[in-house]
Amino acid sequence: MQATPANAAGLRVDEKLERMKLFGLSSPALLLVLIILVIPVGWLFFVSFLGGDGQFSLENYQRMVARKSYMRIFRTTFEVSVITTGLCILIGYPLAYFLSQVPPRIANLCMITVLLPFWTSLLVRTYAWLVLLQKQGLINDWAIGLGLWDEPIKMVHNMTGTLIGMVHIMLPFLILPVYGSMKAIDRDYVKAAANLGASPRRAFWDVFFPLTMPGLFAGTLMVFILCLGFFVTPAVLGGGKVIMVSMKIVSNIELFVSWGAASALGVVLLGLTFAILWVASRFLKLDQIAGGGH
Amino acid sequence: MKHKMTLTLVSALFATTAMAHADDLTIASWGGSYQEAQSKALFEPAAKEMGIDVKEETYGGMSDVKLQVSTGQVTLDIVASGSGSAARAGAEGMLEELDYDVIDVSNFGPTLYSKYCVGGDVFSTTYAWNTDTYGENGPQSWADFWDVEKFPGKRAYRNKVAGALEPALMADGVAPEDVYEVLDSEEGIERALDKIRELRPHIDVFWTSGAQQAQLMKDGEVDMTTGWNGRFDNAKKDGAKVAYSYNQALLDYDCFAIPKGAPNKDLAMKFLAEISKPDYQDDLPKYITYGPTNNLAFETGEIDAETAAGLPSSPENAAMQLPISLEWYAKWETIASEMYQEMLTE
Repeated sequence: MQATPANAAGLRVDEKLERMKLFGLSSPALLLVLIILVIPVGWLFFVSFLGGDGQFSLENYQRMVARKSYMRIFRTTFEVSVITTGLCILIGYPLAYFLSQVPPRIANLCMITVLLPFWTSLLVRTYAWLVLLQKQGLINDWAIGLGLWDEPIKMVHNMTGTLIGMVHIMLPFLILPVYGSMKAIDRDYVKAAANLGASPRRAFWDVFFPLTMPGLFAGTLMVFILCLGFFVTPAVLGGGKVIMVSMKIVSNIELFVSWGAASALGVVLLGLTFAILWVASRFLKLDQIAGGGH
Repeated sequence: MKHKMTLTLVSALFATTAMAHADDLTIASWGGSYQEAQSKALFEPAAKEMGIDVKEETYGGMSDVKLQVSTGQVTLDIVASGSGSAARAGAEGMLEELDYDVIDVSNFGPTLYSKYCVGGDVFSTTYAWNTDTYGENGPQSWADFWDVEKFPGKRAYRNKVAGALEPALMADGVAPEDVYEVLDSEEGIERALDKIRELRPHIDVFWTSGAQQAQLMKDGEVDMTTGWNGRFDNAKKDGAKVAYSYNQALLDYDCFAIPKGAPNKDLAMKFLAEISKPDYQDDLPKYITYGPTNNLAFETGEIDAETAAGLPSSPENAAMQLPISLEWYAKWETIASEMYQEMLTE
């Protein structure tokens, strides 16, 4: 059935009005994003092209090519982020699965143990790991006391300590979205698969697992991107030997006392992060992930 | 109603800023047992005497000051700083010139104050060792610090260049009096860095702060570290098994400076005059093993002979040490820092 021309025009006007209303309603939020995100990032981009003398120059970027340390620092940053994310998936996915299967009462209790560290200050947790992991720390003391090993094992002030601390801090960011997507799956799907003769293993891999993908990708991306900008944990647990981009940003400010030298690093990190998001978005639908649904 | 509330809010905001500017001074220092000593010996008694409120903060050094000054958001009135970085910051126009008509330095050693910076204490950068590992007679020179066969064990070293190159050269056989001559070129700096690279497999931690030195020694995390002598004495008081030597240590001083455009510049100047008096300075060694910069502090009777003999600035101890060259830091620190940071990422 065709709408009469008059009706169509009225509808168009209504649609326009509605759009404007929506825009009006969201403008405070848009303005906020503009002020607190777009402008500072734009400024960051701008000052990264200013040299030490305040004139336009590419020296901040040239330095990153000329000095070998920058390449090494980016490699370390991505290495730490990839390994941390991988470990979070290995530990977090089974845990989320467990949480989604047990009765709600137990799940809630377990959820608190997942969330409790989440609410504790990052600094406190990082130093707690230092106390636990160091040479005469609790773990080494107990293990030696119990005869598990004779000499203190070096678990901190290196890559190992950094990874332990970061995985602990990042786990909730993976577990929560994965758990969310698992809870949203209709149990009948798995039952239907079983009914059609699928073994439990097959039902899991062919039916359940694909449905958790949006949550898993969301968690993975979140953990990975947060890792890229980590500062406190590698600074404290890395013993000054695990140097990530954020730490180099700080030392560049101290060294050159100009925002430009630090901004250039920020711009490159931001660019790489966007590149990763772009690659990720080619393989999966980001809006779906953000929605967490299926 | 709504207007009234906004007004109240705005006036409340103004009121607090007005209050903050009343008689308050904000001082930033390095934290840990060092700042605690400064606070007890200098800041608190002087603030009480002058009837003002002093707010203490910790900060990351002169780079913080430079950022504050360059953005025009200066919140700090007084900063405690190493002498070298203060000299550099002063030369770059980041500090107020000090008024020595207000601050009486007539009894200071001639090298312990400068245009922008008045000395607060004399300290040493030295090596400390775990007495459980090596006994009381640990390493006695930088060559010993580098000698992993004679003194097997894990080391900690500074993550910044200040005070890090001189020891490496002395360990490499350069006589203390020639150190700054050798360092006066990029090849010389590279030579020092190569020596650190040699020790690197045995360096477990590159420390960032004085508090961390103390913690590393207290927890037995490393067997040997470089650091500031007062921090080790205080760690020892806390039960750490630690000893240090002044032989070949670097003799240095900390000073106070006023950032350019400090909100309470005049009061800050008066406060510096107050804490430079011998009556305050003579209390400092009670809390940390750092010497006073005002010679009269030795004459008030507060510092006994035994304490005086243990201070870095005592004639006997000073003779064993290499005084830090401010000229070298003014000329080379930025270049050397960049080279040092390169070395750290290897």
